[in-house]
Amino acid sequence: MNLTLKIWRQANAQATGSMETYPIENVSPDMSFLEMMDVLNEQLIQQGIDPVAFDHDCREGICGMCSMFINGEAHGPDRLVTTCQLHMRKFKDGDTITIEPFRAKAFPVVKDLAVDRSAFDRVQHAGGFVSVNTSGNTQDANAIPIEKHDADRAFDAATCIGCGACVATCKNASAMLFVSAKVSQYALLPQGKVEATDRVLNMVKQMDEEGFGNCTNTGACEVECPKGISLENIARMNREYLSASLKV
Amino acid sequence: MIPSSIARKVAMALSGLFLVVFLGQHFTINLTSVFSRSVFNELSHFMGTNPLVQFILQPILIFGVVFHFVMGFVLELQNRAARNNKYSTYKGSANANWMSRNMILSGAVVLSFLGLHFYDFWLPEMNYKYIEVLPEDPNRYYEELVHKFVSPVRVGLYTLSFVFLALHLLHGFGSSFQSMGLNNKYTPAIKTFTKIYAIAIPVGFVFIALFHHLNAF
Repeated sequence: MNLTLKIWRQANAQATGSMETYPIENVSPDMSFLEMMDVLNEQLIQQGIDPVAFDHDCREGICGMCSMFINGEAHGPDRLVTTCQLHMRKFKDGDTITIEPFRAKAFPVVKDLAVDRSAFDRVQHAGGFVSVNTSGNTQDANAIPIEKHDADRAFDAATCIGCGACVATCKNASAMLFVSAKVSQYALLPQGKVEATDRVLNMVKQMDEEGFGNCTNTGACEVECPKGISLENIARMNREYLSASLKV
Repeated sequence: MIPSSIARKVAMALSGLFLVVFLGQHFTINLTSVFSRSVFNELSHFMGTNPLVQFILQPILIFGVVFHFVMGFVLELQNRAARNNKYSTYKGSANANWMSRNMILSGAVVLSFLGLHFYDFWLPEMNYKYIEVLPEDPNRYYEELVHKFVSPVRVGLYTLSFVFLALHLLHGFGSSFQSMGLNNKYTPAIKTFTKIYAIAIPVGFVFIALFHHLNAF
């Protein structure tokens, strides 16, 4: 496959970026998208051009590092996959592919396609955990009976890898799907209920302080989420937040 | 105005639901004009003279309308600011419907219509009752209504506005339940009901306008 890539190039966080065009030839349809980017970078290095910076780590869809906005969609045109799981067979010979970083005020560009998603870390630090007293009396979690339905929903919420596709996709750059998944995975379990009030209030406060937009229920986040995190989680977070607000 | 994004979302949902209920009540009264001049006059006279409606419900309604629109524009500005660097390619239609992505546009059209509606009905009513202080006439409402729908331009604008109201409600009505935390086994039924309401009520308003317009000739 011969392709034309239009890629966002930005030297650093302060620089003004622009879209640059690079032709690439002999791309195998069996390559992953990131392998195609590796080939491009080898080509650029040979030409004496600075390679394109992009985030990646596990390359098997579980770390949440890869973060490209491909042809107008987070993680590209495929569904329930991260960029590293996207394959070139999804494109046609002769295609022009636009590649941009995840864009949000809360996700500033570090360089080219790499963005700073530490806003998510700060939201997690605000309450996305269960405080456990490890003085030797900690109860085995498996000894606590949990309804199957709740356990499944909590597990589904916990599959969020924090990639930021929800923010990148949302027309408002809202982080509600991410934060609601993190709130839900604890809210549904007995271990998480103890700190539920503080958790949801603190995490939502931090989310707002980071400069994410407001949720308008377009549902785009759910469609583009590589892990299929459901909008049910946002409704649950809204309930949790309202009930927590009444308690304090 | 309201510090938390979820509180803003819930406030939008509640004010929207209040307006949806008002819309149903307004439609019910308007619909009587198709069947009975006297019933329409009677109901309109009651709404126009009852102190509870005039001095309690009407101010609440005006507050609800102003709040919903002001908050809508505030949220839009905040949301635009949350992405300061726009995408060169953004395929919004791939993952969200037109209605959900253009609430500010459909809302602005409905707001423009409200301007016309106030100019047509509310301002003359205020003038009649509180400025010129004309004598009460319980039989004037039907004639005033029919007179307004003689103009094809007004009926055209009216129809266009209700198309946008339907588009606004198609997303907004169902979405308000999600905002208030309701997403469960009843959600499919709620979505179906809200979609039927979102289409039936605006179509009903347009039908009433066309009915009186066509009967005027």
